[in-house]
Amino acid sequence: MAAKKTAKEQVVLNDYESVIIFTPVLSDEQLKDALSKYRNMIIENGGEMVHEENWGLTKLAYPINKKTTGFYHIYEYKAPTSFISKFELAFRRDERIMRFLSTSLDKHAVIYNQRKRNGEFNQSKKDKQQEGK
Amino acid sequence: MATKAQNNPAMVFNTTPEAPQKKKYCRFKKSGIKYIDYKDANFLLKFVNEQGKILPRRLTGTSLKYQRKVAMAVKRARHLAILPYVADQLK
Repeated sequence: MAAKKTAKEQVVLNDYESVIIFTPVLSDEQLKDALSKYRNMIIENGGEMVHEENWGLTKLAYPINKKTTGFYHIYEYKAPTSFISKFELAFRRDERIMRFLSTSLDKHAVIYNQRKRNGEFNQSKKDKQQEGK
Repeated sequence: MATKAQNNPAMVFNTTPEAPQKKKYCRFKKSGIKYIDYKDANFLLKFVNEQGKILPRRLTGTSLKYQRKVAMAVKRARHLAILPYVADQLK
């Protein structure tokens, strides 16, 4: 409470994650353009990039817009709450995007993502999967 | 219960379990997993059947708290085409 009063103009940043699926018809340059556009959008609106991940061309579990593959890209960022609606509006207007999902990350998710980035439990997880099968 | 069963041989048959079952446990509580990643398709596959339906708690042994999280993660994965909504031979 005290912190809020002293820094009234300071916006609270929350942790978010957005997964975007781009159409597979894009060229590398078009994809790069689109990615940098959204990266800039986060920064311009007072957010901070935390991490980015690109899965490249990935097979979809079911066809979307009659496409069976898509470029997956994941943005992990900190942003003010009001930014998400703007961000998603931009996604909806963008014809290059087939599907998207923005989620807010709780404290466990933030820790999980950090550990995943450091490659901490990749090994043990793979072992577990083999046991399960 | 035991005395009644001894008196009546039919009841003994009813009450004795056929095979001792392994006690189910919640894998998230046991191994301390706090967050279920909806992007990890291989992990989520453990909680769906061949048709892609979410398995009930009574089969997997997951606690209610984490069953809700599993369900949420599977549904998110379906939206992102990481898991299918319907499938025939998933495994």
